[in-house]
Amino acid sequence: MTFDEIRSQARAEWEALEHSDKPRILVGTATCGRASGALTVLEAIESELAKRNIGAIITQVGCIGLCYAEPLVDIVKPNRPRICYGNVTPEIIPQLIEDYVINDNPRPDLALGTIGDGSVDGIPKLFELPMLKPQVRIVLRNCGIIDPENINHYIAQGGYSGLVRALGMKPEEVIEEIKRSGLRGRGGAGFPTGLKWEFCRKAPGKVKYLICNADEGDPGAFMNRSLLEGDPHAVLEGMLIGAYAIGATEGYIYIRAEYPLAIERLELALRQVAEYGLVGDNILGSKFSFHVTIKQGAGAFVCGEETAMMASIEGKRGMPRSRPPFPAQSGLWGKPTNINNVGTWGHVSAILQRGSNWYASYGSEKSKGTKVFALAGKVNRTGLIEVPMGISLQEIIYGVGGGIPNGKRFKAVQTGGPSGGFLPAGLLNLSVDYESLTEAGSIMGSGGMIVLDEDNCIVDIARYFLSFTQAESCGKCVLCRLGTKQMLDILEDITTGKGKLEDIDLLEDLAKDVVAGSLCALGGTAPNPVLTSIRYFRDEYEAHIKDKRCPALACSELVSYYILPDKCQGCGICLRDCPSEAISGGKRMVHIIDQGKCIKCGTCLDVCPTKFSAVVKVSGEKVTVPSKPIPVTATKRNTGASGGSPLD
Amino acid sequence: MESNIKEQLDDILSQYGGGNGDLIPILQEAQERFGYLPEGVMAGIAKFLRLPEGNVFGVATFYAQFKFTPTGKRMVKVCRGTACHVRGGARILNEVERQLGIKPGETTDDLEYSLETIACFGSCALAPVVVIDKTVYGRMTTKKVAEVLH
Repeated sequence: MTFDEIRSQARAEWEALEHSDKPRILVGTATCGRASGALTVLEAIESELAKRNIGAIITQVGCIGLCYAEPLVDIVKPNRPRICYGNVTPEIIPQLIEDYVINDNPRPDLALGTIGDGSVDGIPKLFELPMLKPQVRIVLRNCGIIDPENINHYIAQGGYSGLVRALGMKPEEVIEEIKRSGLRGRGGAGFPTGLKWEFCRKAPGKVKYLICNADEGDPGAFMNRSLLEGDPHAVLEGMLIGAYAIGATEGYIYIRAEYPLAIERLELALRQVAEYGLVGDNILGSKFSFHVTIKQGAGAFVCGEETAMMASIEGKRGMPRSRPPFPAQSGLWGKPTNINNVGTWGHVSAILQRGSNWYASYGSEKSKGTKVFALAGKVNRTGLIEVPMGISLQEIIYGVGGGIPNGKRFKAVQTGGPSGGFLPAGLLNLSVDYESLTEAGSIMGSGGMIVLDEDNCIVDIARYFLSFTQAESCGKCVLCRLGTKQMLDILEDITTGKGKLEDIDLLEDLAKDVVAGSLCALGGTAPNPVLTSIRYFRDEYEAHIKDKRCPALACSELVSYYILPDKCQGCGICLRDCPSEAISGGKRMVHIIDQGKCIKCGTCLDVCPTKFSAVVKVSGEKVTVPSKPIPVTATKRNTGASGGSPLD
Repeated sequence: MESNIKEQLDDILSQYGGGNGDLIPILQEAQERFGYLPEGVMAGIAKFLRLPEGNVFGVATFYAQFKFTPTGKRMVKVCRGTACHVRGGARILNEVERQLGIKPGETTDDLEYSLETIACFGSCALAPVVVIDKTVYGRMTTKKVAEVLH
């Protein structure tokens, strides 16, 4: 079949689906959906439909990015707009099917919004809502909309038209198109993609390699996973275009083994493109040939670094090497190689489909286009978002994210994962682009964005990130291997009350050395969380060191729990629930916590009835309590005062 | 190498051409097949790829995915992510270690349990978390450890 024939067929299939006279039900079953119970919801739907003998078409789709509202179920009735329902449980399925599929009540109380043309009374348009309105879904264009296991859905949306267009251009022209778009690598470093391709194109040699970096090792980052699970062809098409542009004959997708669903979808997608002649020898009848192999990572974060990744593909330990020579000149098996991130490939296919001018109309002057972020932490609407470059942190966190839950105060936002930094409230107006973030001390990174509130201890989280990079250091460079260990030891001392004032200067000193002495970006950026936290939150370090106090009440060694004698009514619930039997007391006796046995788990604070609120959590201060349980005095009966002030 | 293991290894190796790039995929398949990498198997792989055994050991020990002792029937994973850490994850780990008599990375002598720590399961709302095989146990307490293990 020619591509035109394939496309016509795909479109016909999609149109038939869209105008089906049967109801359609779409369930989000990417990994996030599954972790929230989407498969049980799917089973409930199938069983209810079978019970009522309803012939509906069920499609499993990828992640539309509203992780906080998973499981998501969409219902499309013939000639009605598609309605998206959130927080769906198996229990509400029978009623929902009865109300809307059988009858005509769309249940506005359960609906999040409508998608596409048309409207339904009482239900807003999903993409007009605050969490979606600022978003521009270019890379994630099809996620949550199409069935990722059906290549025809992708083609019907314009898929592979970018490849067809590229094949009609000269490779150098394709590179120019990418240059004009202003696309910069989405793996984190932001190197201009067109320029990188040009280096590889110009390198001498007939054999060239192309690699897709799907190792996504940053804790808290799942942008690549969602794209590969929700729309793998967007990535494959980008790779094909890139391979044609640089003259590569073979490609590798290096994907971490911890992403089994993404691997499955990729393997299926590769079989499908082979069937359609979109990969392999003489693609679409042209002289361009390209074969793709999947390589699974084996659990090493450092293999996300391009030279370590190539070593791993070659069957060696994943240890980086010095550059020059750069991969574009000498990479995999010494041949010119171009490596790009999953996200970058997703942008490439969109750019060739719709043009560089269209793409460059989004974003800021030096950072064109959009960026996908995994918004997590202390924010109301956690999820996967795609926003134009140049948007402010404020708009992301408070607009899209809906602000901080439980009335807590924003403390910082962490971008760039273990390579990035903490940005305080004073920088909320910062424009999200490569240069601004770097200037502020952080980096764009691959897209992890974690919001912290007043209950988070910056020092503790800096320690957490450093413990991660220290464990993942490959060990090749002395300063990374030993420097991160020493920095971690110092941070552990600080968070356990053993810090010294000189430690802050020592940390900054060590940080400089680690950066200078590291061959790759793991060591080169490992000190960033520590450096930005000292830059913007020095007072927290000083409190830990000078006052042995954790202002956020988070560092367990510096925190103590006390039962206030004038509030405790001797109900006994805390004693019963204490996991380490550290509480003594009796009925109508003031209970006492044995500080030596207390494991600081916080259970007593959780279970003490609100009307008593007798448990306090403090840091850097002592609360006077009796040495053993004493009777509760009747005159001190309290009627639900809030909080508690320490006795002196 | 006992003949059954050798047979299975030969079965795996027969699908590969023998280039250096095959080493990690072969190790991954062997890990999947045997549950860990027996010494004899690594030696057999080295022979097939015409590499020094030291090379194969060096590569295998570099990557966290590969295990060198048999893993138990039940895999106990204690989460040591930030949320779990702050809610007493360390004490849960201590209790699990105490009950099973092993440390992370080890397996009980009767091959019933293996213990591992994981950076983050993504179930932070249920911290502290322990996962045994595929079941997630949230809001763990030291008292509950005995219950979930047995």
